[in-house]
Amino acid sequence: MQRALPQQISDRFNFAAGVIWALRVIVAAIVVWGAVSTLTSGFYSASQWRDLFIFGLAQGGVYALIALGYTMVYGILGFINFAHGEVFMSGMMIGYFVADYLNEAGMWNGNPVLALLIVLVVSMLTSTGVAVLVERIAYRPLRESPRIVPLITSIGASFFIQYAFRGLFGAGVKSYPRMEALQGAITVLGVRILKVHVLVIVAVFIMMGLLYWFVEKTRMGKAIRAVAEDKEIAALMGVDIDRAIVMTFAIGGMMAGAAGLLYALVFNQVFFFSGFLPGIKAFTAAVLGGIGNIVGAMLGGIVLGIVESVGPILILSGLGIPAPHQLKDVVAFTVLVLVLIFRPKGLLGERLAEERD
Amino acid sequence: MALLEVRGLSKDFGGLRAIDHLDFHVEEGEIVSVIGPNGAGKTTLFNLITGLFQPDEGEIIFDGHNLVGLRPDQITRLGVARTFQTVRLFFNMTILENVMVGLHGRTRSGILDTILSLPRQREEEEFIRQQAIEALSFFGKRLVGFRLNQPAFVLSYANRRRLEIARAMATGAKLLLLDEPTAGMNPRETLELTELIGRLRDEKGYTIVLIEHDMRVVKGVSDRVVVLDYGRKIAEGDYEEVAHNERVLEAYLGRKAVRSA
Amino acid sequence: MAEIAPVPEKAPVIEDVRLKAPEVSLERAAKLGGVAGIVAVFVSANGMVQAFAERDIISGVLSMGYTLLFLVPLIMAYLAAREPPVLEGFEAPEKGPRNVLAGLIVGALTGLIMAIFVLVASAVDMRRVFINISPQLLELLTFGQGMGGLVFLVGGCLLTGAVGGLMQLAEGRWRRALWGALAWTLLIGLLEVIVAQLFRGLGLGFLSPLFYAGTGGLTPLGTAVVFVLAFLYYWSVVPKVDMWQRRYAHMPAERQRSVRLSLTVAAVLLVAILPQVLGPFVSEVLDLVGIFLLMGLGLNIVVGFAGLLDLGYVAFFAVGAYTTAILTSPASPRWSPEMSFWAALPFVILAAALAGIIVGTPVLRMRGDYLAIVTLGFGEIARLLLLSDWLRPVFGGAQGILKIPTLSIGPIVFRTPVDMFYPIVGFCLVAAYISWKLKNSRIGRAWMAMREDEQVAEAMGVDIVEIKLKAFIVGAVIASFGGALFATKIGSVFPHSFSLLVSITVLVLIIVGGLGNIPGVVVGTLALVGLPELLREFQEYRLLAYGVLLILMMLYRPEGLLPSKQWVRELHEEELMQDAWLKMEEDRRRAQAQAAQGDLPARPEEA
Repeated sequence: MQRALPQQISDRFNFAAGVIWALRVIVAAIVVWGAVSTLTSGFYSASQWRDLFIFGLAQGGVYALIALGYTMVYGILGFINFAHGEVFMSGMMIGYFVADYLNEAGMWNGNPVLALLIVLVVSMLTSTGVAVLVERIAYRPLRESPRIVPLITSIGASFFIQYAFRGLFGAGVKSYPRMEALQGAITVLGVRILKVHVLVIVAVFIMMGLLYWFVEKTRMGKAIRAVAEDKEIAALMGVDIDRAIVMTFAIGGMMAGAAGLLYALVFNQVFFFSGFLPGIKAFTAAVLGGIGNIVGAMLGGIVLGIVESVGPILILSGLGIPAPHQLKDVVAFTVLVLVLIFRPKGLLGERLAEERD
Repeated sequence: MALLEVRGLSKDFGGLRAIDHLDFHVEEGEIVSVIGPNGAGKTTLFNLITGLFQPDEGEIIFDGHNLVGLRPDQITRLGVARTFQTVRLFFNMTILENVMVGLHGRTRSGILDTILSLPRQREEEEFIRQQAIEALSFFGKRLVGFRLNQPAFVLSYANRRRLEIARAMATGAKLLLLDEPTAGMNPRETLELTELIGRLRDEKGYTIVLIEHDMRVVKGVSDRVVVLDYGRKIAEGDYEEVAHNERVLEAYLGRKAVRSA
Repeated sequence: MAEIAPVPEKAPVIEDVRLKAPEVSLERAAKLGGVAGIVAVFVSANGMVQAFAERDIISGVLSMGYTLLFLVPLIMAYLAAREPPVLEGFEAPEKGPRNVLAGLIVGALTGLIMAIFVLVASAVDMRRVFINISPQLLELLTFGQGMGGLVFLVGGCLLTGAVGGLMQLAEGRWRRALWGALAWTLLIGLLEVIVAQLFRGLGLGFLSPLFYAGTGGLTPLGTAVVFVLAFLYYWSVVPKVDMWQRRYAHMPAERQRSVRLSLTVAAVLLVAILPQVLGPFVSEVLDLVGIFLLMGLGLNIVVGFAGLLDLGYVAFFAVGAYTTAILTSPASPRWSPEMSFWAALPFVILAAALAGIIVGTPVLRMRGDYLAIVTLGFGEIARLLLLSDWLRPVFGGAQGILKIPTLSIGPIVFRTPVDMFYPIVGFCLVAAYISWKLKNSRIGRAWMAMREDEQVAEAMGVDIVEIKLKAFIVGAVIASFGGALFATKIGSVFPHSFSLLVSITVLVLIIVGGLGNIPGVVVGTLALVGLPELLREFQEYRLLAYGVLLILMMLYRPEGLLPSKQWVRELHEEELMQDAWLKMEEDRRRAQAQAAQGDLPARPEEA
């Protein structure tokens, strides 16, 4: 009950910092050891690595598109829109029904370009609609609440959307019809790449370019950035805050909808829970790139996609762990945890209004 | 030796120098006022001393310990407690609980002691309660009695400030840093608090540093006045000396005159 | 300088400045009617109405499906017909036909939208997309009468809408009694399993056929009896509770103690005979409820007290279950020390505390929302590792660990679900005691202070790292108790039992029950875990309901149904301030009016 002795306090071992340092060392050691032993074993050929890399790039591009939604919402409202994975899933799911119909009508393989465009538009519209609806119903009334409140709401919204889709469209796994035009591979610069991957990578870069142009150059984009910077000042400058926020959700939804179609082209299948894992991974990508930072989200997505594709084999198989592909998601979650522990501000730094004073 | 000694303290905020090679000391049992125009770095100084910010340069020696690099809770346990310019109470906890939190660093029962309800833990809880009530009683009857179990947000502005001081007292500090303790008070309350600050030193033996804008308060209580401007100390001495110092007048009036023009 | 407005020579006389609060808005009613229509279509299209139609509440008269459907306009109409809240100092508008009209609007719109839905659905076959819009559903919605049945559908909506509006006219005590009676009738109708078993257990088996038709649902007589009894309860007993509490508060300490003692004894007796009376099936459900309750109490410490949103709470549950399994089961893949449950318990606690530190330490300095996601990541990592082939030699992979021995104390073996109820309740009591004790200690106060303002708590000498870790450890240990009990109750552990949905369920329990509020969490667990377990058709829509509940709770009652005072204050603070401000404004205006009359208020300055 006496006052604690001063010496004891100042000399006390800083427990948390110590643990984090130890963790750093352990992680670095595991990564290096695993990678070195895999590479020296020579078990995987160069072309296998290249395939993994390209697959990772395509997958990462999709993550990047989803991540944009997380990062923009975080930048402007300061909370994690947990339901964004479901926004992505909803586009993919409704896109499936359209694709299925087009397939039956013979258009899916008859005129693949138009068919893809139609599905893309539907998918984007659906996701945009869901995103805007969620904002209107679940988040707008809570804008002034402590951050934890909209986060909990978004968890609720996430489960609601999942199980509403399950109830409405059934729990079964739905397979996108096979598109003949996208089968097989082509050779680009002497590298054999699956056609689907080419399409996805090209589409991702076009979408990202459009978004970047929109945010940097258009009036609305500037308004969004202004609101993200400082809501009050932006309002004083005549920016319609509500509109800017709705636009943010809408754009995030659009990107997620496009990602939905691209993801479906690569993985073919969709069911009501399909949004969860890509959602978490895209969030990881957003944090990895620096939350609130649009370019960061793009970069983070691509890095994460590649790490997730190459990582398990590169590191885990070198450690002698059987069936490393089973641990693919563990790798992604571990990246998430490690990023948040060691570099919560991300690769390119955060851009948040809230933290400044 | 001085109770608090600040040497060569500097702090930048992204190129803006908030505190610039500041030297400054406080003797045991002294009441020192820190004054200066807005943005002179007064609150930053408090934040540096209490560990909320880390200084870029310099040393802060309190009672023989260098405070630089310590966490805020460690600094509080060493005997420095503060209040905040914008009253920051735990508004949804009761008045008594607010002050009881202040005793956290002086007590030590852990989870197991608490769950097993060991006699030591029960005694300690009783001690916490008594000390908290004692601290509150220093302000007369305002904060005790039926008030004890009311949430802090029901309090009036002046009472919130008083509660914040009580909470700081409860930490068992030797040095109290009061950030504009009379801001927002009416003249009568201000007068009363001025008297109270004197009593804090005389009866309870605290050493006090206060940031204050109200010159009547400064005149009324300070043994010594330190004037900051742009993070530098521009004058020091008793009230009369400082009040007639040219640089001080310039800092206050000169710039104000320029601004209003 | 702006010109000063000339002072009127004779100020207008303002007699009564009492402002009238706004009336029921019909526009709002129309909006809510639209919402009700969409909700009704939604519950029809996602298969709920049809799935619930299998179960009767009143035998042959009213199925659960129709109840669900018509509850939508009823509740919405009730809400639409409610006046906006009357701020202090305002005059409440009079109730009247306008309230009923609002209810009718809601009913009409619901009926209209539903009718359109039925017409469209019967014209276009949408089953390929909406798998649940089946001919059976349409038959159900038209009451088997073809399109003519739409009259019943729309009429039903109108009727329930009107009833909802009328409910607003009823005086408070009536209203409460009516709602209470309605709720209890539904509940008793649904819970035939429990009630019939209860009758049998109490030796009143002959009552069952009077109440229940045997084909599911209450008999008309049973319905009437339940409704009347519940009504009388709310009418005459509930209003007295307050009085009893006040009387209790005025009792001398000794009498208070004896009242407390007798209440405790009664509660203990009740709990002791409960599983015996309810039989194995219901006890099974109660056991599960108990385990979730235990976890709810643990998570409440982390989320409710310390304000750390942990979405990976299931990891600690898994630690408890797997540690128990490995240490006690003879079939444990690598080591099988075959300890008894009690010998393993200290190790379980140790493992959980360790897990708490492992999860807690890296996330301590993290922003609140990041913490949520990282803990979620940890939870998933734990599950995926348990499932992996890599760690199969220790955890048994997807096959898990079998043959976990049943719990026993000396010669007493807890073999059946009925037996298991007691140790589970025991652990719940321990957890409740721990949270109560910690809440009122220096640690609990530090948690709350940290939740309110982390920086200030730190400046007051609270070591944030230490106190956060403590919250994680206590929470982890309590969850591990749940896991240990779960393992020994089921007799085996599988990775699939430890999905994210467990974490979410526990989170929903404590949020719906009211953060920091133990009776609330008990009620929440009974309703949200117990009901779906008893009624299989609820199970399907459990998570849908959880999602809706989370959103609604956060939107309308963020502090939970039975709130702890702490959260009410925190979240309604703004409203309180607003009320105070409005009142002040009004006072000012009145003072001005008086001043204008030359009648200066002579109010003494407040001390």
